[in-house]
Amino acid sequence: MTAADSPDELVISSGDDVVRVRQLVRNRAQAAKLSLVDQTKLVTAASELARNTLIHGGSGRVLVENLTRNGRAGVRAVFSDDGPGIPDLQLAMTDGWTSGSGLGLGLSGSKRLVDEFDIDTEVGRGTTVTVVKWTR
Amino acid sequence: MDRVPLLSLGDALLVSIQVDLDDETVLALQEDLAERIVSSGARGVVIDISGVEIVDSFIGRMFGSIAALSRVLDAETVVVGMRPAVAITLVELGLSLNGVRTALNVERGLTILRKLTAERHPRDAEDDDVAFDDHGGDGGEVMAAQPRA
Repeated sequence: MTAADSPDELVISSGDDVVRVRQLVRNRAQAAKLSLVDQTKLVTAASELARNTLIHGGSGRVLVENLTRNGRAGVRAVFSDDGPGIPDLQLAMTDGWTSGSGLGLGLSGSKRLVDEFDIDTEVGRGTTVTVVKWTR
Repeated sequence: MDRVPLLSLGDALLVSIQVDLDDETVLALQEDLAERIVSSGARGVVIDISGVEIVDSFIGRMFGSIAALSRVLDAETVVVGMRPAVAITLVELGLSLNGVRTALNVERGLTILRKLTAERHPRDAEDDDVAFDDHGGDGGEVMAAQPRA
């Protein structure tokens, strides 16, 4: 483990933080040598998820780190909040379904943009979304 | 929060986005643009996003809102200069930008606006068919939608 491998953590409590999350994830994606298209996909997914954390969770945090598995480099971002949680996950993952004023693409769209997507949520406890993007 | 500058280009307004857009900047841009369309009587809006590295669903929705808003105020909108990686990501995200006209660069965007305005205001076009010409000479440099290294 080198210093570059230690995860970065950011608090997400304002719109400016969403921009900071994009920059942090982009730096990590460049360090992992993801292609420009894959960088853009990961940063876009991170932007959606950071906004979800802010809007639905009230506030929260993200942990971003570089990974290596079977000789491939990747980036993992873990978004967590202590908000109300998602009562109906299946519904929330449906394209076009929205609980607010958005387009309902945040979760379902982000999932399409990454290689691994995991969501852990419980009403009253909060939500944690983990995404990973690997080099090809 | 950054404010996106609005430039007049003949009968059109040129919005060149060069900052990483936070949500407040996006909302402020919509308001500024509505005010400027009314105060300047602009017939078209060109939004140049060649400097934009990501377009997420919020920013994408803003393009649709601006297009709808300017139409209500008698102006047409064209979004130009989208980077290839952004286009690929938008489609995969599920955003099709319905109702938003796009063009490869500012020059083509202005050509589209000129045609649309001529259709909507045939008499004006006869009187002044150089409405959208860039009087600053060859605007090719500003218009290039080159991906940055």
